[in-house]
Amino acid sequence: MFLAQRRLCSLDSRAKFLKTIYSSKILGLPASAMSLKITNAKRIEGLDSNVWVEFTKLAADPSVVNLGQGLPDISPPVYVKEKLSKIAAIDSLNQYTRGFGHPSLVKALACLYEKFYQNQINPNKEILVTVGAYGSLFNAIQGLIDKGDEVIIIMPFYDCYEPMVRMAGATPVFIPLRSKPVDGKRWSSSDWTLDPQELASKFNSKTKAIILNTPHNPIGKVYTKEELQVIADLCIKNDTLCISDEVYEWLVYTGNKHLKIATFPGMWERTITIGSAGKTFSVTGWKLGWSIGPNHLIKHLQTVQQNSVYTCATPLQEALAQAFWIDIKRMDDPECYFNSLPKELEVKRDRMVHLLESLGLKPIVPDGGYFIIADVSLLDADLSDMKDSNEPYDYKFVKWMTKNKKLSAIPVSAFCNEETKLQFEKFVRFCFIKKDSTLDAAEEIIKAWIRQKS
Amino acid sequence: MFRNVAAIYLHLAGLLQRKKAGTSLTRCLHQTFAMAKRLQARRLDGIDHNPWALEPGSPVPVTVKHAPPDFASQLCSQQLRDSGQVTSLFEPQQFQRVEFSRMASEYDVVNLGQGFPDFPPPDFAVQAFQLALSSDFMLNQYTKAFGYPPLTEILASFFGKLLGQEIDPLKNVLVTVGAYGALFTAFQALVDEGDEVIIIEPFFDCYEPMTLMAGGRPVFVTLKLSPTQDGELDSASNWQLDPTELASKFTSRTKALVLNTPNNPLGKVFSEAELELVASLCQQHDVICISDEVYQWLVYDGHQHISIASLPGMWERTLTIGSAGKSFSATGWKVGWALGPDRLLKHLRTVHQNTIYHCPTQGQAAVAQSFQHEQAHFGQASSYFVQLPEAVLRSRDHMVRSLQSVGLRPVIPQGSYFLIADISDFKSKMPDLPGDAEEPYDSRFVKWMIRNKGLAAIPASIFYSMPHRKHFDHYVRFCFVKDESTLQAMDEKLQRWKTELRP
Repeated sequence: MFLAQRRLCSLDSRAKFLKTIYSSKILGLPASAMSLKITNAKRIEGLDSNVWVEFTKLAADPSVVNLGQGLPDISPPVYVKEKLSKIAAIDSLNQYTRGFGHPSLVKALACLYEKFYQNQINPNKEILVTVGAYGSLFNAIQGLIDKGDEVIIIMPFYDCYEPMVRMAGATPVFIPLRSKPVDGKRWSSSDWTLDPQELASKFNSKTKAIILNTPHNPIGKVYTKEELQVIADLCIKNDTLCISDEVYEWLVYTGNKHLKIATFPGMWERTITIGSAGKTFSVTGWKLGWSIGPNHLIKHLQTVQQNSVYTCATPLQEALAQAFWIDIKRMDDPECYFNSLPKELEVKRDRMVHLLESLGLKPIVPDGGYFIIADVSLLDADLSDMKDSNEPYDYKFVKWMTKNKKLSAIPVSAFCNEETKLQFEKFVRFCFIKKDSTLDAAEEIIKAWIRQKS
Repeated sequence: MFRNVAAIYLHLAGLLQRKKAGTSLTRCLHQTFAMAKRLQARRLDGIDHNPWALEPGSPVPVTVKHAPPDFASQLCSQQLRDSGQVTSLFEPQQFQRVEFSRMASEYDVVNLGQGFPDFPPPDFAVQAFQLALSSDFMLNQYTKAFGYPPLTEILASFFGKLLGQEIDPLKNVLVTVGAYGALFTAFQALVDEGDEVIIIEPFFDCYEPMTLMAGGRPVFVTLKLSPTQDGELDSASNWQLDPTELASKFTSRTKALVLNTPNNPLGKVFSEAELELVASLCQQHDVICISDEVYQWLVYDGHQHISIASLPGMWERTLTIGSAGKSFSATGWKVGWALGPDRLLKHLRTVHQNTIYHCPTQGQAAVAQSFQHEQAHFGQASSYFVQLPEAVLRSRDHMVRSLQSVGLRPVIPQGSYFLIADISDFKSKMPDLPGDAEEPYDSRFVKWMIRNKGLAAIPASIFYSMPHRKHFDHYVRFCFVKDESTLQAMDEKLQRWKTELRP
């Protein structure tokens, strides 16, 4: 029996050996290149493509005016840069800090957000500092979403929501924002709404969470109290969680107010609210974000943190804390960055609206955020020389515009799932958190474009 | 129906609490939330608790390090003002006893437990960071997702030479949030449900939970001590893998083997022969090698760090992980990297773009600049990668001498900045130290040492899988990447201890 086994074993390994050599000989490849169960884990199957990698490469040409990626080319506030530069000289801040968030930072965040939640926030148990808001989304989804769960995603959506939900083994369930332009009235992001009955129909016993993004990327919608109440009611009725991506929370324009769904009755206990230093202080390269919520949810995000990155960079967290203290002190002051930035951006928004209208487009005026979308099919651009006819219209348009007009943007269908790309394929997204000279250059391009058309 | 009732109850309870909240501005931290469906994801099972953490709800009294400015007291709630809490700097180890840190700060203790330097990074590195902060303001914005180009380029050229391999900065390099982030990305990319991962004990404790979170099954193989001559101090190089035992751990389900050289906590530097053994088994069984080489510059006594990826046949199946934090004594920068063939790295890139997407820009710029410095000084006396091990070696030898004076028996490490010390003598002389029922001896010993001798270390058993801890409860880990003043403070404690020893 033992001998038989041994013979089988040696036969087996010999067979394996032969199989390897034989098959590699057939393909003419060296033996070492074959074989390799270097197969990826199933969790990342189909998640390898990424719109940004493609389009940022396209816009990297310095002669292109880049209104694509949501990256400010304005300088962050001076005191933010100054803080960071002083901190680098402090020895201890070059070593590891507390994994769930540098103490002075979580204290500053608790202090700031207590004002909005009308409740104390425990800095150690109800806050987690992450690698950007992106990292908070990942921690929340990995911590709370399981294989077989369903997660409701409102379309168009910031593109990472879908792959993150899929990576967690869950199923995304999509619902579109819907609107039609109204004649004689400027099209606004507030015209884009969810149908309450349609939304209710998306909830079932498998629904674990809904992802909310307000102010919204790419449309710029700022959800109203009534709209949030509809979502809150459904979350409570269906016993689901809410992951609220509020990175643009300070960027709301005149006549609008950012509301936190976690402050609605019954919602604190089931909501994770996500914020971003990058968007708050125009320092996207610092990659610091945070999740705020009840400990019974945050603790699971903390578990993911301690098994993924463990801790975020120390000097950046300390600098951020100090920058926060400066602005927390003067929240009612127009000089406070939380007030001055939206004022500055509202002017740029209005300029972009005007520019796009002059080109004959109907842009959707955003109530918040720093993006604006417009239906570009009205331009009737000649895209016949764009190969790859499988791509949606807006992909082709952006590539054509980048190449021929030296102006880049992002196709809005990138913010849709496969099945519904057509619903938004006429729309293109422009980013306006850009310095005046960038917008001047964009204006020149658009003026030339208008002349060419006439 | 039950779900709706529960939901309604919560809704009402929430309203009531809000009402209460309006009057007293307090919210109970421990309010119950009874979701009918399971709350947390199953991938967190078994990796969610820190077995050494304090009970939830109890405050963690720790040392004030960075108190917020005074005006905060006017702006924030009473709770925040009263908390007075800021945290001592924690070590990023899964099982780092929060309790040990707490104790270390409560008592007057020389902390040789925390595994990071208590001296600053070299001047050129600090200057590199300051330059990154004061030059192009666009460094405050996103950079390329897979790595800031000047960093990926210098890593490619620097390590290409060391590994004897043509390294493409775009295809063979991924920048991550610390080596920790590189490890996580690797596990998520390549370990699937049911895959087995071989982990060599003692191990840096994150390997096990990372394997579990990816749905994998850790398979442990222990470094075994070859007996030394009586009276001689043990050496980490005496701790070896049994080739037959190692071979037996490979099955058709083995996906990866995690190698850590130089090793934490032991300080073992794997020899070429040992690496060849691991390499041949990986090739024979078609297994990926995840090689954690964060301490690669810290090798002593003429030993050489060898990257397993440089051995024949290994580049195509190895991920080589490194750390700027350990290389430049700047652990708080959290910049790490994974090097490897494109067919492995592409999967790590997929994970990366779906987890954090970008790493902070300025830290990367500082590391790139620091590597430029090292490339210019490579192999010379002026190189930090030469100076640091020289300085840390002196600290090692100092610690080895000093610890023996009280009957601790250090195991001489050939690399890293840790050593473990045998406490068997203490175990036989004072077997009944206070502690919890199931608490291993080394953990009780560490607590006793903190309370009574003013020295903190880490029990070595936490670097072992659960079933093996009881076999390795007679070692504690000391960290020696410490300033001279810290080692002198250690000497004072040891001198006092010596006088207290029973004859």
